[in-house]
Amino acid sequence: MIQGKVIKYGHNVDTDVIIPARYLNTSDPEELAKHCMEDLDKTFVDRVRKGDIMAAGRNFGSGSSREHAPIALKASGISCVVAETFARIFYRNSINIGLPILECAAAAQDISEGDQVQVDVNTGVITNLTKGKTYQAEPFPAFMQEIINADGLISYVRERKK
Amino acid sequence: MGMTMTQKILAAHARLEKVEPGQLIMADLDLILGNDVTAPVAIREFDKIGTEWVYDKAKVAIVPDHFTPNKDIKSAEQCKLMREFAHHQEIENYFEIGQMGIEHALIPEKGLAVPGDVIIGADSHTCTYGALGAFSTGVGSTDMAAGMASGQGWFKIPEAIRFNLKGKLQPWVSGKDVILHIIGMIGVDGALYQSMEFGGEGIRNLTMDDRFTMANMAIEAGAKNGIFEVDEQTLDYVKEHSTKEFKVYEPDKGARYTRVIDIDISEIRPTIAFPHLPDNTRTIDEVGEIVIDQVVIGSCTNGRIEDLRSAARVLKGKKIHSEVRTIIFPATQKIYLQAMREGLLEIFVEAGAAVSTPTCGPCLGGHMGILARGERAVATTNRNFVGRMGHPESEVYLASPAVAAASAITGRISSPEEVVK
Repeated sequence: MIQGKVIKYGHNVDTDVIIPARYLNTSDPEELAKHCMEDLDKTFVDRVRKGDIMAAGRNFGSGSSREHAPIALKASGISCVVAETFARIFYRNSINIGLPILECAAAAQDISEGDQVQVDVNTGVITNLTKGKTYQAEPFPAFMQEIINADGLISYVRERKK
Repeated sequence: MGMTMTQKILAAHARLEKVEPGQLIMADLDLILGNDVTAPVAIREFDKIGTEWVYDKAKVAIVPDHFTPNKDIKSAEQCKLMREFAHHQEIENYFEIGQMGIEHALIPEKGLAVPGDVIIGADSHTCTYGALGAFSTGVGSTDMAAGMASGQGWFKIPEAIRFNLKGKLQPWVSGKDVILHIIGMIGVDGALYQSMEFGGEGIRNLTMDDRFTMANMAIEAGAKNGIFEVDEQTLDYVKEHSTKEFKVYEPDKGARYTRVIDIDISEIRPTIAFPHLPDNTRTIDEVGEIVIDQVVIGSCTNGRIEDLRSAARVLKGKKIHSEVRTIIFPATQKIYLQAMREGLLEIFVEAGAAVSTPTCGPCLGGHMGILARGERAVATTNRNFVGRMGHPESEVYLASPAVAAASAITGRISSPEEVVK
């Protein structure tokens, strides 16, 4: 079970603002985390705490395929992203590297900045402790759940290769 | 129920008779691609799998194109890691500086993408090869690593939007204007998780370079892939560039689409996407007075020979505005050489433009033309997000090579009709 305080953004948060390309000359997660979200929100890096949950609107993670984006979010302490919809490359990258993400329009619209939220990745149940509400996200298809359970695609492929 | 082109290609590569939208499959891959930003991450993940060699060294392509020629020590280290991997693995399609190009212009030119292929690339604009009737899509580095090790990738079968094109483009209107018009119409998430399938008699009036530009920007509408029906032009292109075996897929007559959109391309005007989203489009007749500081002509979207010819037709015998920096990037060495032989580079230099070796540099705000606070650029690239080409308070206007060249002369966003009498 994941629990954390919410940091919330709007629609079309693209991978260029999650981690600007000028920092892609490295792939070190800690280095990337230092610049996470800076073109959209300069205060993010200072205020994010380990375990925080990010909520956002439609088309989160649009644009570039850079896996550095979910890597930067994860390394900055974000434990889970809840959005109305995700751009598809960001979606698969997050699953592949083991950053839990849930698509749930009701939750993404209703949750406010600062709310305490609990997420059960297995069932897709999202609980807003501040507002006393629960929301149901689409649970992952079994195949994706297998990748997540294997702790990402690399472990999954390694197992299959044996 | 019939299948779309994409569904048929994916079914064949998963050795299935039939697939349904939403179904998850494992498909065999014909090509796996990476660049100097994404491949280093993929190589580290590949090493964790514990397999010694890539599954097929002929089916992996690695292109150092983003921060190259290396802009600083960190990017040089990333390229070195990638180069050593390519040499150690004897990757057949590694293209060094001096022979390389921007990956999505280079791969078709080298004959590595053909109709019916399933291609993944750790770069979002991998969707470009859909112009050839292939299924190709952008993925992340971990997918690239798993693909290199296993020769397979996982996919969710997408639904599709069908675009039936008819008519012929007006002068100074190109594939760039058509795709910007479409993105403006359906929005940056208008094709989310779906294929954009282009067909109809109108595609015959689009050159291969127009089609590459359009398939390239399918991702800017959120699409999984863009794909064109194969015609004589496609086959001519493939014969000229490739010796690979290929298979032509057509959509079934009863294929099911979420939406069918008919477009008369003869009605499309030069189109510009204003900051900060590619769907924020206006026609050239609606732009008003937008004064600019820089023009960039090139990229995986618009750095091909026809793009350069179009810019040269506008710039020939003219001088670029004294307060505009214009940087032109032929997308591959072959295109560079051809532009030189045709006298295009001379036209550019005499007009006062800088001509660069192929690189993705300025498009993603990497190097070779970064914008300062408050500056505005007209670019033939693909994204105008906040901070995309430099300072978060700079602005990018996406346009065709003809509009970009005309704007370079006047110093404000302009129609080529205004400049070329």
